[in-house]
Amino acid sequence: MKFRLAAWALGRRELQRFWGERSRVAGYVASPLLFWVVVGSGFGDLEYFFAGALTMTVMFSAMFSMMSLIEDRREGFLLSVLVSPAPRAAIVLGKVGGAALLAWLQGLIVLGGVFFTSLRHDAAALVGVAGALLLTALLLTVVSYVVAWRLRSTQGFHAVINLLLVPAWMLSGAIFNPALSFAWVRGLMQVNPLYYAQSLVRAFLVDGGQGGPDVRVAVAVLVVSTLLAGVAAVRGTK
Amino acid sequence: MVAAESITVHYGARRALDGVSLAVAAGEWHGVLGPNGGGKSTLFRVLATLLRPDGGRFTVAGETAAERIRARIGVVFQSQSLDRRLTVAQNLEAQGNLYGLAGAVLVGRTERLLRQFQLTGREHEPVEQLSGGLARRVEIAKALLHEPAVLLLDEPTTGLDPAARREWLDLLTALRRERELTVLMTTHLLDEAERCDRLTLLHEGRVAAGGTPAALKGEVGGDVVEFGTADPARVASRYAEASPVVGEGWVRFVTPGGARFAAQVADALPGVIESIAVQRPTLEDVFFRHTGARL
Repeated sequence: MKFRLAAWALGRRELQRFWGERSRVAGYVASPLLFWVVVGSGFGDLEYFFAGALTMTVMFSAMFSMMSLIEDRREGFLLSVLVSPAPRAAIVLGKVGGAALLAWLQGLIVLGGVFFTSLRHDAAALVGVAGALLLTALLLTVVSYVVAWRLRSTQGFHAVINLLLVPAWMLSGAIFNPALSFAWVRGLMQVNPLYYAQSLVRAFLVDGGQGGPDVRVAVAVLVVSTLLAGVAAVRGTK
Repeated sequence: MVAAESITVHYGARRALDGVSLAVAAGEWHGVLGPNGGGKSTLFRVLATLLRPDGGRFTVAGETAAERIRARIGVVFQSQSLDRRLTVAQNLEAQGNLYGLAGAVLVGRTERLLRQFQLTGREHEPVEQLSGGLARRVEIAKALLHEPAVLLLDEPTTGLDPAARREWLDLLTALRRERELTVLMTTHLLDEAERCDRLTLLHEGRVAAGGTPAALKGEVGGDVVEFGTADPARVASRYAEASPVVGEGWVRFVTPGGARFAAQVADALPGVIESIAVQRPTLEDVFFRHTGARL
C-alpha cells in the first residue's frame, strides 16, 4: 500500500508537470510527426522509416523526461523524496513509470500516421506495435534514469546519453535494413537491445518482419534488459 | 531527541567533519552556528540520512536505521524542494503520499496546515506564482505534514528579505508554543542564532563551543571595544597587556568597563583613532573568542 502510494505520487507528478506546460503539449504532438515526414522524405522511403520514427519518438521523450532528474535531486523536489521513507524501488517505479507512460503515448500519437501508409494497420497490428512501444519506452526510460543518476550536470547527461542511445538507435535497423549491412554491423546489432525493440515494432507493421529475430526472443530480450537496468536504477538511487 | 557522537566525514582528502558530537533534548530549538564551509550543511546531510558518515554514531528520535529515521524527521532544505510547476495542493498531496498518507487523513491535515500558515485560498496556485516568503511557508507546512518528531532546517531563511525572514521565524516560534517540536537548525545569521534555546558552534568541521546564547555571551566577560584606525599595530602594541586582536583597519579588546577604556585610549592616542564602538558581546564575539575567525 505504502509502496504503491509513493510510486503513484511520483508517477502522477510527471503527468501533472507535463500537463501544466502547454508548449510541451503542443511540441509533443507536432514534432515527431514532422520528423517522420521530413527525414522519411529525405531517405525517399516514408514507409521504411516509419518504424524508426516510432522508436525515435519514444527515445527522445524518455531522454527529455530524465534530464530534469539531475537538478531535481541536487536541489529540488527529489531531495525531499530521498529523505522520505518511500522505498527506493517505489521511487524508481514512479519516476520511470510516469515518464515511460508519456513517451509511450507520444509514440502512439505518431502511430496514427500508419493510416497514411500501406503498412499493416489492422487491430492486431496496432495492438502489437503498441505493446512493442511500451516495452521500448520502459527500457529507454529506465536506462536514461540510470545514466542521469550517475551524472552531475545536465550537459554531461546530454553528452553521455547521446553517445549511448543515438548510436544504439542508428544500429537498431531504424534507418537501414540490417539484411543489407556488413556482417560486423549485423554482429553488433545482435547485442543491441534496441535492435530487438526495432525488430519487434517492424514485425507487426510488415508481414514477415523483414527477417528480424523471433517475436518471443525480442520480447524476452527487452524484458530482461529492462529488469537488469531496473536493478541498477534501484541500487543507484541514494 | 538527536544525539550524535564523533561524526566524521571526508570529502576526498578534506575532512569536512572531524569528530562532531552534539545532543538535542526533546522540545529544544537547537542552532548549529558557523560560517559557510564550516561543516554545517555536511552535518545536516548526515542527520537527514542523505550522507553516510565515515565515522561516528547518531540517533534521531531514538532510531539509528536510515529508513526508520526518515519517517520521524521533517526536513526543510536551503534550496526549494517544492515542484514549482505544481500547485501548492499538488505538492502537499505528493508529500503526504510519500509518507503513506492519503484520503481523509491527508485532506484534514492539509486543510489545517493551510489555515495555520494562512495559505487558504492559495492552494490551487502553482508554486512559481508565490512570493519567496509564501513559498517558504509552504515548505515548512510540507515538512510538518506527517507530524515529525524532529524538524531539521538547513539555513531555512536563505533568500528571504529581512521582513519575510522575521515573519518566518515568528511562525516557527508560534508553532513551537502550540506543540512540542524539536528543531535542529543550521544558520550563519546572528539574529536567528539568538532565538535558539541552545547552540553548537561549528568551525572547520569541529565543535568550537556549545551552550545557551546567554551563557556563551556571558563567558566572553566584559565589553567589546573596537577601534577603527589606520594604524592598528600601534594601538595594539601600546595596549598589549589587554590582549588586542588586530584586523585590517581595526583593533578590538574585550575588557570590563569598556566605555572608560575607550575614552582612555582615545585620549592617549589623539588622531590615531578614527572610530570607537563599545558593545555587549554578541554571538559573533563568542565565535571569535573560540575560533579567532569571524562568522
